[in-house]
Amino acid sequence: MNVYDLPSKDGHFGPYGGIFVAETLISALEDLRKQYEFYRNDADFKAEFADELKHYVGRPNPIYHAKRWSEHLGGAQILLKREDLNHTGAHKINNTIGQALLAKRMGKRRIIAETGAGQHGVASATVAARYGMECVVYMGSEDVRRQATNVYRMKLLGATVIPVESGSRTLKDALNEAMRDWVTNVENTFYIIGTVAGPHPYPMMVRDFQAVIGNEAKVQMQEDYNRQPDALIACVGGGSNAIGLFYPYINDDSVRLIGVEAAGKGIDTAQHAATLSMGKPGVLHGNRTYLIQDENGQIMETHSISAGLDYPGVGPEHAWLKDCGRAEYVAITDDEALQAFHALCRFEGIMPALESSHALAYAAKYAPTLPKDSLLLVNLSGRGDKDMATVAQMSGLTL
Amino acid sequence: MFDSLKNLMQIFSGRDESHQLNRISSTFSNLQSQGRKALIPFITAGDPHPDATVLLMHQLVQSGADIIELGVPFSDPMADGPTIQRSSERALKHHINLSQVLDMVAEFRHRDTGTPVVLMGYANPIEAMGYEAFAVKAKASGVDGILIVDYPPEESVEWVQQLDRHGIDAIFLLSPTTPEARIEQVAKLAKGYIYYVSLKGVTGASHLDLQDVSAMVARLRQSITIPIGVGFGIRDGATAKAVADLADAVVVGSRIIEEIEQSPSAELLSNVGNFLHGLRKSVDGH
Repeated sequence: MNVYDLPSKDGHFGPYGGIFVAETLISALEDLRKQYEFYRNDADFKAEFADELKHYVGRPNPIYHAKRWSEHLGGAQILLKREDLNHTGAHKINNTIGQALLAKRMGKRRIIAETGAGQHGVASATVAARYGMECVVYMGSEDVRRQATNVYRMKLLGATVIPVESGSRTLKDALNEAMRDWVTNVENTFYIIGTVAGPHPYPMMVRDFQAVIGNEAKVQMQEDYNRQPDALIACVGGGSNAIGLFYPYINDDSVRLIGVEAAGKGIDTAQHAATLSMGKPGVLHGNRTYLIQDENGQIMETHSISAGLDYPGVGPEHAWLKDCGRAEYVAITDDEALQAFHALCRFEGIMPALESSHALAYAAKYAPTLPKDSLLLVNLSGRGDKDMATVAQMSGLTL
Repeated sequence: MFDSLKNLMQIFSGRDESHQLNRISSTFSNLQSQGRKALIPFITAGDPHPDATVLLMHQLVQSGADIIELGVPFSDPMADGPTIQRSSERALKHHINLSQVLDMVAEFRHRDTGTPVVLMGYANPIEAMGYEAFAVKAKASGVDGILIVDYPPEESVEWVQQLDRHGIDAIFLLSPTTPEARIEQVAKLAKGYIYYVSLKGVTGASHLDLQDVSAMVARLRQSITIPIGVGFGIRDGATAKAVADLADAVVVGSRIIEEIEQSPSAELLSNVGNFLHGLRKSVDGH
C-alpha cells in the first residue's frame, strides 16, 4: 500500500471532501487553509498545543484493560482509550484547543460553534473562557430541550447559546445556522467546527488535532503490551474521535479499523443515523460525502439515542476509507448501546457516554468470536454523566 | 484552491463560444439598446403551493420581470435567511422535487418562450439527479441558466462541462470578500450574468451599503464583460433604483417572498404583481 497522504492539496479524499460553500466563504477558507498550513509546522504553535493538552486537558490519558468485562464476554481482551478522563469529559476538547489557538493567532476574538448533544459546545465554551474570547453556540431547539444540563454548563462558562428553530431543530440545523453567522461575521469570527466534516481544511485540521488519540495509543500499546492491537473500534457520528484514533494507524495494515454507526431503532427502519451503511454520496455542509437523503436529494431526519451520533452526514475521510476498503463500518442499535452502557457501569465502574457505548456494544459482539490473546482497542470517547437522564428515561424512571 | 481554479480555466479556454444567442444574452442586449436595466425577481418553486408557481411566473413577467430566478427548494438552505428558509419549507411540505420544478418551467414555456428562466438552489438535489440527466431535462424544459450556491468554480469542472454541452449558462456568484485575482478568473468562466452578492450575510438581510456596492461594481467592470446583477438586501424601490444605476440587473428575493407569505390566496397574484410593478417603475426611473 502506498503511503497515505490525503487529503489532496485542494481538500479531496478520493471523490469526497472539497469546498462546497457559497462564494462569500471562499476567501475565509483560503485564509484559514494558509494559516493552518503555516502553524501546523510552527514550533511555537506545536509546543503550546502540546503544553495545553498536558496541563489543561490532562493528557496523556491511559489505556485501561477492561479485564472483568473481557472475561465475562469470554474472548478478546478489551482495552479502553480513556478520552472520558479528559477535562470536560470527552475527546472534543483536543480539537477546540487546537482551533482556539489558531483563532488567537489569526486575531479573531469571537468564536462560534454548533453543537448537538452539547459536548462540542461545552468544549468550545471552555476554551473561549480559557483564552478570553467571546463564544456563541448554535444548538437545535430540540437538543436544547433534551440537553438542558449542558446548556446551563455553557452559560456558566460564559457562552451565549442560541436555540435554532429551523428544519428539524437538531445538529444539522445548528450547523446551517453557524454557517449563516460565519458568512455574516466572517471578518472577526472563527468558526470552530466540532467534527471532521465541513469544507476543506476542516476535515483535515480537526483530524490532525484529534490524532493525538492514536499517536498516544501507539506509544502506550508498545509500552504496555509490546504490540499494537488487532483492531481499533470507535463510534462514528461525524467521525472525529474515530479518525483521531484511526489516522495514525492507516498505514499499518495489520490493524483493522472498525467504525460503529448508530442504527437507532434498526437500519431496516426509518429511524437511524447509519450514514455510511445506508446513505448515498451527496453534498452538504461544505463537503461531498455519504448522506442520509431521500431519492430527490433532500436531507432526511435521523434518529439515535445518542445526540452526538444523530447526524445525517459523516466526515469525508470516513467515506473514502469505506470506499477504498481500509476501514469497515458497522451499526449498533439504541438497545444494544444501552446494554453496553450498563455492562461497563457494572463490570468496570466506568459510565460511558451513549456515543461511546455504540463502540463498546460492537466490541461486546466481536470479542467472543476471537481468541483470548486478541486485543481490541475501543475509543471510550466520552463519559456518560450527561446521559443519565436519557438512560433513566429508557429504563422507565424519571430523575 | 485558486490553483485548481487555474486548471479549470485551462480546460475551458478552448470551449466553443459560437453557440446561438440565448435568451439571457438577448434579453440583456435588448435592454441595453433601450437604456434600461434588468429586474430579476426570485420565487421558490412550490411556494406557497405547487399550483401557484407557473401563474406567479406569468404574473411576474406581466408586472415587469425581465428574467425569473426560480428557487429549487432544499432541506438545508445554508446561504438563506429566515424568509427564504420558510419558503423552502412550505414548498417541501408539498414534496416538491427538482424534476417537478423542471416540469413547472416546461409548463411556463407553453405561454412564454421569451423570458429567461434561471434556476437557483443547492448542490444535493442536482447530485441526486446526476449532472447529465439534469442538463438534458433542464434544456428540454426551457431552462436558460443555473446558479448552485454551493458549487463554487473550484468544484464545478464536470458540472460546467455538462451545462456547456447542453447550452445552459453556468452562473456564478461574486462577493465583497472575493479577492482581485479570483474575480479575473471567475470572469473567464462565468456565463449569462454575474450575480454579485451585495453584502456579507444571508439573503433577506437589510444592510446593503450602496457605497460599497458602487466601489465593487466598478472593480468588477474592469475584468467582467458580461452583465452584472446585484442581489441580497434590496428591499424597496429606492434601493432598487440606486442599484440599477450601478449595475445591469437588480435581483429581489426575500421581499417578494414576504409578499407571498402575507397574501391571502385570492390576492396572491395581484399583491405580488403590484409589488413588482412598483419596483419596475422605480428601476425605470418613473
